[in-house]
Amino acid sequence: MKIINYISSIAMPLIILIIIMYGVAEKNKTFDTFLKGAKEGIEIVINLFPTLLGIFLAVGVLRSSGIIELIVQVIEPILNTIKIPAQIMPLALLRPISGSASMAVATDIMTQYGVDSNIGLIASVIMGSTETTLYTIAIYTSSVGIKKTRCVIIAALVADIIGMLTSVVICNILS
Amino acid sequence: MLNIIWPIFIIISFIYAIFSGNVEKLNNSIFESAKNAVELTIIFFGTVCLWNGIMQIAKETTLMEKITKILQPVMKILFPNIEKNDEANKEMSMNIVANILGLGNAATPLGLKAMKTLQKQNEKKDTLTDTMMMFIIINTASIQLIPTTVIAIRSSLGAQEPTKIIVPVWIATICAAIAGIITAKIIIKKVKK
Repeated sequence: MKIINYISSIAMPLIILIIIMYGVAEKNKTFDTFLKGAKEGIEIVINLFPTLLGIFLAVGVLRSSGIIELIVQVIEPILNTIKIPAQIMPLALLRPISGSASMAVATDIMTQYGVDSNIGLIASVIMGSTETTLYTIAIYTSSVGIKKTRCVIIAALVADIIGMLTSVVICNILS
Repeated sequence: MLNIIWPIFIIISFIYAIFSGNVEKLNNSIFESAKNAVELTIIFFGTVCLWNGIMQIAKETTLMEKITKILQPVMKILFPNIEKNDEANKEMSMNIVANILGLGNAATPLGLKAMKTLQKQNEKKDTLTDTMMMFIIINTASIQLIPTTVIAIRSSLGAQEPTKIIVPVWIATICAAIAGIITAKIIIKKVKK
């Protein structure tokens, strides 16, 4: 387990180091380039804000109204038998549909149950290892006018489910 | 999609809150959610800009081309119908490398360009080809070296080791990708074009 934690902590600095050394070796004006990229980032975040605001509102009222608790109570006995915490179900259901919605839900889960708790870790790993499947399929097929998608959605959802189950298993082993 | 889900969430919550006596909580959560959205955005300002800056350097050097070359044997397995010198092969590899490096904004335009090239070679214009299907699966599998967004959220919430999740994410992603690829291969064999 120690080695996993070590690789996890060395990965990000190592990648940044390699990229910057590469830039220097190729005589790139690395700082100017960095500024250019960072500036583009501003626009990305500004465009993201209205979506986040809307989604946080929906997720916030869902939780405070008590509905999520109700759903969790209903499905908990079923999921407990296979050791999946029911609290992550809202995230699992939203993840393939909307990136910002699942991000809001994941943040909510981490705040509520603790970022270093098992549930918090599972939510993090699910967010990192899965993609907004339905959205991706929609833009890729519609951009070229394809209507018959030959069940690609099934393969994509199988990948998502396996990714989520693996996330649960790994986090259960690690903690 | 969200045009349907969003209002449903809000309407159900408001009605349920009235009947379950949680109106006070609901009231607080409205302002709380606005505050949370601002806080998360501020965190994103730092991380997204930082990562975008670093990755701009990767984009402007030959690093991306290098990784694209390393990727070729894998491309051959995934897309047996595509020739190495094909324009589509280049565009798809670039898209996959951009995804691996976490350049979401660069990856999508590259991916759509690849789809366009693949569509030119497609005989049945309204049906997904084998190559397209596999390409979409790879794109939905989220193969990413560093899940920066999640790490940023974790760090802002005071996690002891925000990057602790990197290796677990790799394992989960690889399992998901393999499952997706196998299922897609089965579909390609069984489901007629």
